[in-house]
Amino acid sequence: MTIHSIEIAGIRKKFGEQTVLDGIHLNVAKGSVLALLGPNGAGKTTLIHILSTLFPPDEGNARIEGHDVVTARDEVRRLISLTGQFAAVDEVLTGYENLIMMCRLSGLSAAQARAQTAELLKRFDLEGAAHKRVKAYSGGMRRRLDLAVSLVVRRPVLFLDEPTTGLDTVSRRTLWDMILQLKQQGMTILLTTQYLEEAELLADEIAVLNGGHIVASGTAAALKARVGSEVIELRSSSDEVIRTIPTDGSVQHVRHTLNEIAALYPADSTITLRKPSMDDVFVALTAPQQSKEASLA
Amino acid sequence: MNQAQPVPKPASLAVTNAVFIGRSIRHSLRNVESLMMAIMLPVMLMLLFTYVFGGAIDPGGDYVNYVVPGIILLCAGFGSSSTAVDVATDMTNGIIDRFRTMPIRSLSIVTGHVAASLVRNLLATAIVIGVAWLVGFRPNASLAEWLGALGLIVLFILAFTWLFAAIGLVTGSPSAASGYGFMLLFLPYLSSAFVPTSSMPSWLQGFANHQPITPVIETIRGLLTGTPIGDYGWQAIGWSAAILVLALAWSAFSFRRRGGRR
Ligand SMILES: Nc1ncnc2c1ncn2[C@@H]1O[C@H](COP(=O)(O)OP(=O)(O)OP(=O)(O)O)[C@@H](O)[C@H]1O
Ligand SMILES: [Mg+2]
Repeated sequence: MTIHSIEIAGIRKKFGEQTVLDGIHLNVAKGSVLALLGPNGAGKTTLIHILSTLFPPDEGNARIEGHDVVTARDEVRRLISLTGQFAAVDEVLTGYENLIMMCRLSGLSAAQARAQTAELLKRFDLEGAAHKRVKAYSGGMRRRLDLAVSLVVRRPVLFLDEPTTGLDTVSRRTLWDMILQLKQQGMTILLTTQYLEEAELLADEIAVLNGGHIVASGTAAALKARVGSEVIELRSSSDEVIRTIPTDGSVQHVRHTLNEIAALYPADSTITLRKPSMDDVFVALTAPQQSKEASLA
Repeated sequence: MNQAQPVPKPASLAVTNAVFIGRSIRHSLRNVESLMMAIMLPVMLMLLFTYVFGGAIDPGGDYVNYVVPGIILLCAGFGSSSTAVDVATDMTNGIIDRFRTMPIRSLSIVTGHVAASLVRNLLATAIVIGVAWLVGFRPNASLAEWLGALGLIVLFILAFTWLFAAIGLVTGSPSAASGYGFMLLFLPYLSSAFVPTSSMPSWLQGFANHQPITPVIETIRGLLTGTPIGDYGWQAIGWSAAILVLALAWSAFSFRRRGGRR
């Protein structure tokens, strides 16, 4: 019995000359949710594709529930379910037909497939559109169907690549509830997202991918602590944020910082002191090297 | 979602194939333009070759008996070429990633398209023969000869459909697939399908006599209307079987090699 559902050790992947993943080490505890954050092109999708057996890494290895994703591909495929970044449903078929097809391919009998399809249509609020072709679905409906399709049978590990991108606030909330429900049922979930709020809400642990490495990982609180306990936010007279500077909040450091910046900005600028947000963490951890030093100076 | 429900055993190969064949047939039925094309093309070609070209090529009026096998193959070529586009479309859509991460033989998605193509093309063949009959086609084949001709047509359709499937797998985009697939469609014109190869310039005869379409045409023609078959029978089977085996291997190879990436 492994404690970690997903174990990633030293994964490297190049596309041509471009090194996308440059030695990834990461573990995901059984039954937990890990959010993978990173700017566009960081390699989040690439990592998910390696973990879901679509192509092998150049170096390193990864295990799902103890099975190697390269040498034990077939076992891994019985344990995982992938919801890719772009909705992977059949547009020519109806929602109902999509679900039936996936149920059958997942090994359910015809009768089980019908029962499960009915249940999923209800649960994902797609009953009204069940017999419409997916081509006519809205983005949100398509995404819900996409997620329903990946849940036709219960697999212990779920990969969600940007599950809520393009959804409105209400659909996003609904999806969050569903993800939390799956977690409660004991599923291990690795999700990627562009929304820090989402990572903070859903994930037990957050890992930030940048420049081919995991540059930070931990709970949301731990990551925020890395930026500093407080942030000085400098605003212009028109109330625009000009600069944010992390600080430990001590009188000495705040005074020192203010002395340094006083001459650089208009005198009518204002400052506030606040707790760091996940955005600050993200910017600090993923900024290109020089500006990162500048913002943490 | 039932928590106690255990993960079921993966679908068997038979179920997987059946599911994908059903999917591809649904796709075929819902693609109205190409379905119309599959039905209209045999009718149009049959009428065109009988009434427009037929008089000039063979004023005796017996041309319809000569041309039927050629039209069957021409339609089968057109009909199977859309497989290249179907396969390429699936390969560029995210859905293939999902199938590849499931514990099933995902090459069955291609098998599904091939089976649907076979059904479409046999339908087109039936239409060709039906229309041909109306305009004067009078085969003198026995039941065994009919079955032999049908068997060869099925083998030919399978071979060319797998070839188009392989083209769809390697080209990587639906429009490129349709472009490359198109080139193959000229083969019937450079064979004995519409005029005897002896009427061609000698440099072309060399090609026409030694390409796969001519023996297939001559064999079907011989079986249906009693013209001499000679060595063409074995050549027809040999060519079709060789193309089928190579195309299958090529498809399986390129399917495996193409990762799940766009
Ligand atoms: N098949 C491929 N061939 C060549 N380069 C690729 C391929 N797939 C991805 N890349 C490159 O690898 C890098 C990482 O891509 P990836 O899709 O993993 O990023 P991502 O973190 O998921 O980005 P996003 O947030 O935009 O989804 C990008 O620079 C991309 O151009
Ligand atoms: Mg991505």
